[in-house]
Amino acid sequence: MMVTASKELDTYLSDFELFEKNGATKGPSWIHQIRKAAISRFSELGFPTTRLEEWKYTNVAPIAKTRFKRAECEANGLTAEALARATLEESACVQLVFVNGHFSRKLSSLRSLPEGVKAGSLAAAWGSDPASIEPHLARHASYHDHAFVALNSAFMKDGAFVYVPKGKVVERPIHLLFVSTAPFDSAQDRPVGLAHESLGTAVVSHPRNLIVADDGSQAMIVESYVGVGTNVYLTNVVTEIIGGKNAVIDYYKVQRESEEAFHIATVQAHLDRSSNFSSHSIDLGGALVRNDLNATLDGEGIECTLDGLYMVTGRQHVDNHTRIDHVKPHCSSRELYKGLLDGKSRGVFNGKIYVHKAAQKTDAKQTNKNLLLSEGATINTKPQLEIYADDVKCTHGSTIGQLDQDAVFYLRSRGLDLATARNLLTYAFASEMVGRIKVEPVRAQIENLLVTRLQHGSRAEDAR
Amino acid sequence: MLEVRNLHAKVGNTEILRGIDLTVNAGEVHAVMGPNGSGKSTLAHVLAGRESYEVTAGEVIYEGKDLLKMPPEERAREGVFLAFQYPVEIPGVSTTYFLKAGVNAIRKHRGLEEFDAIDFLALIKEKMKLVEMDQSLVNRPLNEGFSGGEKKRNEILQMAVLDPKLAILDETDSGLDIDALRIVANGVDALRSKDRAILLITHYQRLLNYIVPDYVHVMFDGRIVKSGGKALALELEDKGYDWIKAEVELAQPTIA
Ligand SMILES: Nc1ncnc2c1ncn2[C@@H]1O[C@H](COP(=O)(O)OP(=O)(O)OP(=O)(O)O)[C@@H](O)[C@H]1O
Ligand SMILES: [Mg+2]
Repeated sequence: MMVTASKELDTYLSDFELFEKNGATKGPSWIHQIRKAAISRFSELGFPTTRLEEWKYTNVAPIAKTRFKRAECEANGLTAEALARATLEESACVQLVFVNGHFSRKLSSLRSLPEGVKAGSLAAAWGSDPASIEPHLARHASYHDHAFVALNSAFMKDGAFVYVPKGKVVERPIHLLFVSTAPFDSAQDRPVGLAHESLGTAVVSHPRNLIVADDGSQAMIVESYVGVGTNVYLTNVVTEIIGGKNAVIDYYKVQRESEEAFHIATVQAHLDRSSNFSSHSIDLGGALVRNDLNATLDGEGIECTLDGLYMVTGRQHVDNHTRIDHVKPHCSSRELYKGLLDGKSRGVFNGKIYVHKAAQKTDAKQTNKNLLLSEGATINTKPQLEIYADDVKCTHGSTIGQLDQDAVFYLRSRGLDLATARNLLTYAFASEMVGRIKVEPVRAQIENLLVTRLQHGSRAEDAR
Repeated sequence: MLEVRNLHAKVGNTEILRGIDLTVNAGEVHAVMGPNGSGKSTLAHVLAGRESYEVTAGEVIYEGKDLLKMPPEERAREGVFLAFQYPVEIPGVSTTYFLKAGVNAIRKHRGLEEFDAIDFLALIKEKMKLVEMDQSLVNRPLNEGFSGGEKKRNEILQMAVLDPKLAILDETDSGLDIDALRIVANGVDALRSKDRAILLITHYQRLLNYIVPDYVHVMFDGRIVKSGGKALALELEDKGYDWIKAEVELAQPTIA
């Protein structure tokens, strides 16, 4: 066991040497320092095992065992149609497209970006505008205790950088679209460097995003993840969000990776006094998905809302870990995650609310509701409160249920067939979360996906 | 229209219906009365197709067809309607939305053109007047947070929209105040026709003052033990069920 484990790590360590040598990825020396510290931390941590409490129900051995090749920016296979499936209405938003984690100016549309707002490649910005990046990057998402954050920090090469200056209100959503494409078929075309044949076709990208909303600014950020092609790939993304005093941030993460994909994501939000942060995390795709969403409420009077919806089937595995740190007094947090699990899918929800000693008058509420649509689906849910202040109002709860048979019968007794009745009830369960999406094109998109999914489900039902 | 013969049904290992015989013709109103737990709702649910009850013997012929073979939605499409004793609350689905799906499924089955949004709106508006319901109620999630009376009125509204041939009303009068009872009763009365049969399950005479039944049946312990005209209901109101129990026990003194 030990030998295998260290062999897996060795692959990453030697790959890191190549990555650093390659020069294609050079950045300022402080980036280099972060990378080196992160890889060294990764080599100590190794991949998590299910013996770790935080990874108890999510086994990442399939990721550890796969020999991934670092993904290049390969837009070849990317057709306009494939992209169109994922883009939001162009007129409605600013759109940044990333191919395998690399910013593509050609595919992006930045026309309607308001003055003073920065949105573009992180790698470009850490070269040209380090003063905007250095104070924030890797200061919030810690690579000390999370192996995948460490790996991302070691191999980070590009991603999105968004900056909204003081008091600026960005009316249109900023869409960050991450597309994973299949690698070249012929190994000969590749630049020399690695023994490709030994690496197979599985690719990994480590997108790194930094979103800074300065005091009193307002923005809507949408991150979407899609895959084209049927290959195995890993998206290992880290997003850091910094909200200044009074900032209002509406953040969406829509995960629609392809069927064979691994998706590991950490979102770390750091919020200042009187800011308002709401997050909507939607998971529809991927084979093995893990989200860590952490919000640190580091000022008084912050409002934090975490909404989540996961809808999985087949053998999909989706794990949502959230953590809200109430550091200062008078903050309120509301969290509602809903899960729909069909087939033999597995879900994990672990929500932690951590109320620090100084955080008096904290008002926190956390709920996780699950609907199991088949006998084979499972969910492990664990809401957790850790409270070190004495004057707080905190509640949490979780439910696991099946479709209400009384309701199914009621609908059927009015003429609706079984599949329609089930779909309607399933839709009704999910629609609450859809209704909470404030960005219209995103809401429409999710609603569409949901309805399509349900119709697909009903076909499967009929075939039985 | 409906012919129930020797119907037996059980839940788990408990036999609840123990040989029901009942004939209902078009245009008739039958009242079914009986003490709590005698099996009235079970009969209603078995007729509507609830799968958690297992029919162990007997048959039900509806309009010449074997009703028990049909799934619940097919029964609905063939014209069977059950107003639930306890209407189900369904968050996230509005009455209008689901009722439009229901009425169109039924119309399609009958070879009629499906309603578009405008036709349907006109229809539901007209029927809402019948039960004195306003628009905001039907746009809300189905029965969620409705008062008892609103739920029952909503059942009658659904009946009016779906236009059934056989309407089974399970204690639609229970728990209603005088106004709500009048509204519900008028709603039901308006739907009385020579083509429609109505099975009224009730504990009380008061609904029967509005909707005078052609026949009254008394259920006891899973069987119809007595049938008669409208006078029987008055007698029950007057004397309670004990005398019926006594009669039954007299008739069958040796039930093992
Ligand atoms: N799903 C069930 N599981 C177990 N027992 C049941 C179930 N449904 C009904 N019963 C039992 O069957 C018997 C008849 O119930 P039913 O609801 O049909 O009576 P009812 O005549 O409608 O009574 P009420 O006047 O109180 O509405 C009762 O003893 C009840 O407890
Ligand atoms: Mg009953």
